[in-house]
Amino acid sequence: MDELMIKVENVTKEYRLGAIGGTTLRDELQRWRAKRKHQEDPTLKIGQTRVDSDERFMALNGVSFEVKKGEAVGIIGHNGAGKSTLLKLITRITAPTGGDIYLNGRVASMLEVGTGFHGELTGRENIYLNGAILGMSKKEIDAKMEKIIEFSEVRQFIDTPVKRYSSGMYVKLAFSVAAHLDSEIMIMDEVLAVGDMAFQNKCIRKMREIADSGKTILYVSHNMNTIRQLCDRCIVLEKGKLIFEGDVEAAISVYMKQDGIRSTKFDYSGIARSPYESRKLQLMGLTIVNREDNVLQEGEKLEFILHCRCNANCKQIGFRFELFSGDGMIVGTMFSDQTINGNYGKLYDLHTKMSTCNLAPGIYKAVALTYEYDKLGNQIGVDRVDPAMNFEIVEKMNASLKWLSKYWGHVHFNDMEVVEIRER
Amino acid sequence: MQQTWKTHITPANSAIRIDFKEVWEYRDLIGLFVKRDFTAKYKQTILGPLWAVIQPLMTTVVFSIIFGSLAGLTTSDVAGEALQMPSFLFYMIGTITWSYFSATVTANSNTFITNRAIMGKVYYPRIATPIATALANLISFGIQIVMFCVIALVYALLGLAEIHLSVYMLLLPVLVLQLVMLSTGVGIIISSLTTKYRDLAMLVGFGLHLWQYLTPIPYGLALIPEKYMSLYMLNPVTPVVTTMRLAFFGTGYFNWGYYGLSLVFTAAVFFIGLMLFNRIERTFMDTV
Repeated sequence: MDELMIKVENVTKEYRLGAIGGTTLRDELQRWRAKRKHQEDPTLKIGQTRVDSDERFMALNGVSFEVKKGEAVGIIGHNGAGKSTLLKLITRITAPTGGDIYLNGRVASMLEVGTGFHGELTGRENIYLNGAILGMSKKEIDAKMEKIIEFSEVRQFIDTPVKRYSSGMYVKLAFSVAAHLDSEIMIMDEVLAVGDMAFQNKCIRKMREIADSGKTILYVSHNMNTIRQLCDRCIVLEKGKLIFEGDVEAAISVYMKQDGIRSTKFDYSGIARSPYESRKLQLMGLTIVNREDNVLQEGEKLEFILHCRCNANCKQIGFRFELFSGDGMIVGTMFSDQTINGNYGKLYDLHTKMSTCNLAPGIYKAVALTYEYDKLGNQIGVDRVDPAMNFEIVEKMNASLKWLSKYWGHVHFNDMEVVEIRER
Repeated sequence: MQQTWKTHITPANSAIRIDFKEVWEYRDLIGLFVKRDFTAKYKQTILGPLWAVIQPLMTTVVFSIIFGSLAGLTTSDVAGEALQMPSFLFYMIGTITWSYFSATVTANSNTFITNRAIMGKVYYPRIATPIATALANLISFGIQIVMFCVIALVYALLGLAEIHLSVYMLLLPVLVLQLVMLSTGVGIIISSLTTKYRDLAMLVGFGLHLWQYLTPIPYGLALIPEKYMSLYMLNPVTPVVTTMRLAFFGTGYFNWGYYGLSLVFTAAVFFIGLMLFNRIERTFMDTV
């Protein structure tokens, strides 16, 4: 079990920003001539000294890790953290700028299903083609043909050109090929679960089956629940660097911390707003009060001051907080019990207490909204900030059990009342 | 623990190496690409692969009328040669040879751009695509050669032409291989350069057109004045075309010097192509 399957050593990947490859042969020749005559480069903008010289971006910056045989490792990180770049390097779609990657076996990426499907070829022909593109030999495909057709549920149409398939049939067939790959290293992505509900469940089951069959797996997802379900270990990427490697739960909390958890002050000046809201009453920031941090024990109330600015006279502006769990699922919404009337130019502080009584332990994000009612009684958004605040709920000090959000969800209802226990 | 690795991915700018063993491992894929290219081309056409026959046939007819009857250009490779091959057959073999060359160059010059969808998602030895294209076109070429032989036989039976199978016939496999290497080489050089400079893609279409007129396809080599011969013969396709005609008819032009030069040229183009392709293939996804 100690055999390593993947070893990534100090890998960097640099991209040039701006007009990559946007030069023409003419520009290049002019540049070359100017250089020979020691003249100024004619293709540069005024003030620029070298083409794109400093506009470089490190998508990956010295990433190293190892994966042992049979491990399922999750890769988590925010958008732009370098996850896809890392996978592109491991799947050899593009080459690193520096560093080394060692692989001990074939890599099959299940990142994109249906790659290389050709509309004019029949389902069966496409299975061969797709399988071969993904690295299987004809013999291997022959051996698996029956299983693939069976899994795809499109047996009836297997000798019809795929251009006549419905989109559902198409992805089912494509997933089936990908799922039956026999590579030692599998790279998977949550978007793999395709088709209708029943087929999606089948896909997830199949992925779990692959994970259990002793193959080495790299799994990328934003969905922390599937990460929990499939992975033994996680690495966290942030801005091209590996910031954590280890236990799944610990990794998830590191990932969450990047969102600014463990803070009591939230400033909204940097949050992008949609252009559709009037922002008569603009949300400026939030300060948690009467406590050191934003970690609460189950059942505690969260007390905070919401800072607002009034940009126009307004009446009866209400507040709403939408709560999301750490993996991005909406948990519920709460409204303020009072509305506010504002005068132009004034600043208001709204001191509120938020009850968290039924929220299960876990990490949460709140999105804050202000709204007013139109003549028809509809709520019209006035301002919206996402995220407005983060907080974490932990078990009570004396709690005897650890909450398992994976199985139990994010709402901890009040205990059931047992009225009577009777012996029959 | 010292461990051996099956794959070692190195930075993009590391030494050039062409992994022929890996290409061999992906031979099934190459076969399937060939099949895909060939079948997809003629799917949903009434005449199917017959189109492979019709196209050169039509071109030959057009050439016969325009260059033969109207312009009256010579169709012999050696001036004043007693043995003449029928002009129709002359144009046909030239057209078949040229159309293979031009189709392969054109298809391969776009290989990175047309296949970027697949190449952006899966790894396989990128060289598999140009190889498959060259092989798929070879099928059409084979069909066309068979058609040519049939027509030549008809001519012979009708007493319109004499067929002298010459020892040069033995060169035929070499000629075909040379054609494959040359067209693939030129194609992948262009495709490697077009990932960065799209200008070249514009050039390919009319460049090939001009090239065709610099090759004795619509006229015989006898048209070229002796003093320009050494310059004219720098075109590596020319000796292939003339030797092709010589092989089938036992009459024509052959010069070991020029032919050797063309072989050297072909080898050089092919290897430069492989080098460039190898350099580009690893990172082209970042620029395409």
